[in-house]
Amino acid sequence: MSDQMSEPVASSQELAAEVTTDEQARVERAAEVAGESGPLQSVRRNEVLSAMLRNVGLVVVLILLAIIGTLTSDNFLTSDNLRNILVSSSVIGVVVVGMTFVIIGGGIDLSVGALVALASVWATTVATQDYGAAAMVACALLVGVGAGLVNGVLIAYGRLVPFIVTLAMLVSARGLAAKMADNRTQIVRVQTVIDIARKDVIGVPMLVVILAVVVAAGWVVLNRTTFGRRTFAIGGNPEAARLAGIDVRRHTASLYMLSGLCCGIAAVMLMARTTTGSSTHGNLYELDAIASVIIGGTLLSGGKGTLIGSILGVLVFQTITNIFILNNLATEVQMIAKGLIIVAAVLLQSRTTREAKT
Amino acid sequence: MTDVETARPILSMVGIVKEFPGVRALDGVDLEVVPGEVHCLLGQNGAGKSTLIKVLAGAHQPDEGTITWQGEPVRLSTPMTAMRLGIATIYQELDLVDGLSVAENIFLGHEHSAAGFTRRGHQNAEARRLLGRLGHAEIPATREVGRLSAAGKQIVSMARALSHNARLIVMDEPSAVLAHDEVDNLFRVIRDLTAAGVAVVYISHRLEEIRTVGDRVTVLKDGRTVATGLPARTTPTRDVVSLMTGRTIEYAFPPRPETGIVGDELLRVENLALAGSFHDVSFRVRAGEIVGLAGLVGAGRSEVLETVYGARRRTSGTVTLDGKNLPAGNVSAAVRAGLGLAPEERKSQALLLGEPLVRNISLASLPRFSRFGWVNRSRELTEARAVTESLEVRPPDPTRLARTLSGGNQQKVVLGRWLLGGCRLLLLDEPTRGVDVGARSEIYGLIRRLADSGVGVLLVSSEVPEVLGLADRVLVMREGAVIHEAPADDLDEHRVLDMIMEGSAA
Repeated sequence: MSDQMSEPVASSQELAAEVTTDEQARVERAAEVAGESGPLQSVRRNEVLSAMLRNVGLVVVLILLAIIGTLTSDNFLTSDNLRNILVSSSVIGVVVVGMTFVIIGGGIDLSVGALVALASVWATTVATQDYGAAAMVACALLVGVGAGLVNGVLIAYGRLVPFIVTLAMLVSARGLAAKMADNRTQIVRVQTVIDIARKDVIGVPMLVVILAVVVAAGWVVLNRTTFGRRTFAIGGNPEAARLAGIDVRRHTASLYMLSGLCCGIAAVMLMARTTTGSSTHGNLYELDAIASVIIGGTLLSGGKGTLIGSILGVLVFQTITNIFILNNLATEVQMIAKGLIIVAAVLLQSRTTREAKT
Repeated sequence: MTDVETARPILSMVGIVKEFPGVRALDGVDLEVVPGEVHCLLGQNGAGKSTLIKVLAGAHQPDEGTITWQGEPVRLSTPMTAMRLGIATIYQELDLVDGLSVAENIFLGHEHSAAGFTRRGHQNAEARRLLGRLGHAEIPATREVGRLSAAGKQIVSMARALSHNARLIVMDEPSAVLAHDEVDNLFRVIRDLTAAGVAVVYISHRLEEIRTVGDRVTVLKDGRTVATGLPARTTPTRDVVSLMTGRTIEYAFPPRPETGIVGDELLRVENLALAGSFHDVSFRVRAGEIVGLAGLVGAGRSEVLETVYGARRRTSGTVTLDGKNLPAGNVSAAVRAGLGLAPEERKSQALLLGEPLVRNISLASLPRFSRFGWVNRSRELTEARAVTESLEVRPPDPTRLARTLSGGNQQKVVLGRWLLGGCRLLLLDEPTRGVDVGARSEIYGLIRRLADSGVGVLLVSSEVPEVLGLADRVLVMREGAVIHEAPADDLDEHRVLDMIMEGSAA
């Protein structure tokens, strides 16, 4: 059964690859005709265009959702509501940045939600809060990176399967969080931390600014640095990367640390928003994050993907949630809709790229 | 044994032609097999043996020619068709599922079942009967195949062939993975099969095996049958080797430098060993020199290359480049020291097929274009373009995706990767595999040009003429040891083939 299911997916990916090539050839021709055959220009154009093609499907979905939202509720197209959507996207958005790196690098991280919970609990223990905001932030980040290091070392050096390792981390990190918190929700008393969610930077909520900064930094690292280049290489063909002299194991381990760091940042944001630290924070974030990355056009097999697509994926999900809340629909229906949207977005994506060919 | 001269053939193939883009793999092959004989297929790598057996297995469709099976003309349109007729093929890489039991593997695809439920007891009993017939009743039908030895797996493959009532079994180098006593066992099984009237097509590079087990020999060269029906036991080795050698297609090999190799010693390998693969290998490579490793698949050539490179962790011995010791099993250190490898499987081991050429070329030398990890993309592209232009990659556009290039051009990209990185010693594993005839001379010229610029080259190839034509010095390997070393000019194809097939250094 599963074999039959996976076939069409594989063929549509192949098709997408073909289309991209074809599209690039066309762009080159166009560039030649236009007389801009500068080398840098053509590469940039190719990259931008194929990335755009991949994201067209998502933009279409977002626009459709916006239309539905506006039609079904008068409150949808208000600045307060749009602000809400962005703020609610911010925490999961940061997690998605790390997840995108891990998946492009050929792995998966199921522990992100649990790491957010653990970091939030650890940073809100009485002992940590006594040292003030800086100590809390540092603590959350360290817990995230530390847990990511454990994941990374087990996967890269212990040669264990990422799915299993991060699943084990998911369970044990939540367990540890519950134990540390003694199953109680811990209240954030440090006002500076709470202010992160209350303050604006020139009219934009601080949380959204943090997301923007993390996405921008992630985009630069992924697309403009040797680290990003090697991430694509080890995800696309680990053997070729190894034989080209890249330290694949060290790089793999660092990807999980990066994901852990993003969880730490997300934990701080969540503490500020909820003014609590809790072992139930970040529940099912792993599924939302993976779903966003996938509908963002990143291949689960690694080696190909975009950060912008992943963030569009987050926005799609949050917009749906928002529309459902505005229309007072039950969360059960919401979940069904989310499932459908994953399938629809992926289908639409391969459709769009296929049409571009003809 | 049947009287092969008078028996009616079970299979006859006449004038088989098979073309692939850029290469005519089979160019008029004739093969005739009678029931109860062991028919040996001989030929150098690239002679067309594997293509022929794939045609016979129904995996490839011939462009021309006729196949007659038990007196009737047939079309082997799918592997299943061939199987149903009674033609079974046992490939070198055995196609068994490790996680399933022996019996489940034997009946894979034609399970004994009732109303959709497999009849396990019945199937196990039948498997036991087949294994018994092969003289291996000691293999438990319920054992997981992954836990069997290579020899055991081979027996299971044969039992699978028998379960299809195979009348003809094709075996592709079955002895390559077996130890000595296991080979004897294999021969016993083959004799039992032929005594029962089953025909066997046997492919091997080892002449002594062919003499032991074979009845008749067909020799292929450059996709043609050059001799057929030779008696396996009495035809002199000299004649067989003569038939296999002497290419009809001559490649233009670039001239060696007139001054001889004058560079300093670059690489020194001493007493290098890798457990289970090769032992006590020592040699030098000088700057500007091309050293070739000749030998059969499995003789340990590629393993030597990969161990020098650090992709495999050596058991003992030393590797030094410019007098500096290279750590064992550390590719990154080797690359930093100036080594580069163009591996055997270009697509799976070297290229990022979905990425543009520029990223493939710069992969091993990213720090050169980077400051604090920031890649200077315009410099990267300019230098990659310089590489594609100087290596005449077609098309020379570095923004094209790697997957869209032909084999020869992909190989140039891999060479370009190391050229760009300022590589000092290049390790080439089968550099012209999957490269079409036209592009070969170009690759040869390129390798010589690299050597002339002072790069040392260590070359592995299964094609003896390639090693002799391209290398300055040749090491001959057999069964994990270097058995001969000589300047390429002092050797000829005939002698090298003799050595790698029979082990005589004469």
